[in-house]
Amino acid sequence: MRTGTFLIAAALVGLAIVVLTRIFFTNEYFFFAAYVVLQYIVLSTAWNILGGYTGYINFGTGAFFAIGAYSSAVLHKLPALLKTFDILIPAVPLPVMIVVGGIVSGIVGLGTGYLTLRLRGVFFSIATLALAVVVQTLITNWDFVGGARGAYVLRPRVAPLIGGEYVQYLFLLMLGMCVIVLATARAIERSALGYGFAAIRDDEAAAEASGVPTLRLKLIATTLSGGFMGMAGAPLPYYVTYLDPTSGFSLNYAVNAIAMPLIGGTGSWLGPVVGAVLVGGLQEYLRVTISSAVNVLVAGVLMVAFVIAAPQGIVGLFQRKR
Amino acid sequence: MTALLEVTGLGKRFGGFVALESIDLEVQQGERLGLIGPNGSGKSTLVNCICGTLRNESGKVRFAEEALDGLSAHERTRRGLARSFQLPRPFASLSLAENIRIPILYTVNARATGHLSRAAIDARCLELLGQVGLAAKAERRPRDLTQIEMRKLELARAMAAEPKLLIADEAMAGLSHAEVDEIIALLIRLNAEGVTVIMIEHIMRAVMEFSQRLAVLVAGRKIADGPPQDVVRDPEVVRAYLGE
Repeated sequence: MRTGTFLIAAALVGLAIVVLTRIFFTNEYFFFAAYVVLQYIVLSTAWNILGGYTGYINFGTGAFFAIGAYSSAVLHKLPALLKTFDILIPAVPLPVMIVVGGIVSGIVGLGTGYLTLRLRGVFFSIATLALAVVVQTLITNWDFVGGARGAYVLRPRVAPLIGGEYVQYLFLLMLGMCVIVLATARAIERSALGYGFAAIRDDEAAAEASGVPTLRLKLIATTLSGGFMGMAGAPLPYYVTYLDPTSGFSLNYAVNAIAMPLIGGTGSWLGPVVGAVLVGGLQEYLRVTISSAVNVLVAGVLMVAFVIAAPQGIVGLFQRKR
Repeated sequence: MTALLEVTGLGKRFGGFVALESIDLEVQQGERLGLIGPNGSGKSTLVNCICGTLRNESGKVRFAEEALDGLSAHERTRRGLARSFQLPRPFASLSLAENIRIPILYTVNARATGHLSRAAIDARCLELLGQVGLAAKAERRPRDLTQIEMRKLELARAMAAEPKLLIADEAMAGLSHAEVDEIIALLIRLNAEGVTVIMIEHIMRAVMEFSQRLAVLVAGRKIADGPPQDVVRDPEVVRAYLGE
């Protein structure tokens, strides 16, 4: 299937989900839970572009995600700030915030990549962990976005364009991002870029000897991966309505973004989707039935079980053995 | 004839250890050069410096009348300088055909001359695998191969870049008599098609049969360079291999 066809097919599936949910779910909670699952599809697919395709394990998902969230918080407060200088601009619409969040995070991804990609294996991972700490410290001390106190982000009562509850609008936007991110991931897999990424994952020296410009490709991977994570984080202030560093930089994002692709399978675009739906869905279910703290345990236990029993993930189990 | 590869005064240290000391080496267009030397004499280090895997501290490398200094390994490969690794380094998660596809995508298709279609690449992968006798295993993974087959894959992957100069770093270690003949025939055929070949080898029979010229490295210095029959009788070479 060509990328264009896939994009159309994915968009149709997305549309079908929208139509079906509007018919069958009048319960607002459904959209709250589904938003989280979709957000994890975007996050784990973004993580997989770097971690699964090129083999560079990123522990700093929380940083990229929070940069997206905080760039939205800045844009949200921007009209009020400019008003004090007698500059009037209208409120920034959420889709624009998503694009801006993606660009800012992408640039941070590019910078991080440039500084850290000479490190290999576990050393790269430690550097990304350090990035998360540095970014969190910076934001905690940035008063304009609330600092350690956090900031309230009041969302409109009624969703633009579609009407109804605002969370449905967030759900819709996240669904759209899923389509874009999955189509990108799938297109990469089948392109020269995907083969280059795989060569880097398997053996960088051999990749260089085969003509693969490894540094440039790794920078493309960190930029795309970081950018998509930022996009996933951009609507967060409107979802939680109160953004503070603890929620923006939650360890859950980093843990889940690693656990979900590993459980679903890192080799293909479908793996992170399967992992995110399974683990994300289970976590949301257990959050309401047992306890809100049990969800991290789920990711941990499942990850250990899959690393031992099915290192190729769920998708790997079904792929024919070559 | 003009020199395709020109190495002048090349030196490389690892800490206090001098791996290569002012190596001069010229390889003519279309030549078949054998490079020998005892273990640890710096043969692979020289290859790594020529190909850009390692950076040399002193000296220059010119290839096809262009200075290569400062160019990364992939840029050198695109300019037509391909090598196989002494210890096979296949792309383990990819099929054999995909292993061959990568250099085609990133060298042949990246050059200004000719862009191969998807189907043409598939055909070329099978053709290259066929040349080393691995066509039947095109869809298998490298883990299913024997050491010997991996060496052949390594060679096919280097050939896929359509190089002007191919450096085969011990492509024949561990191969049987018949298989050595097979690889020699393959390299000679490539050479006849216009590819310059440097062969690094311990199997003297293969080196003598293949090489038009022989260079000898001992302890990071080049001690002999000339027609193979003369070089192997050189007293200094004999001393390096057999002792006093």
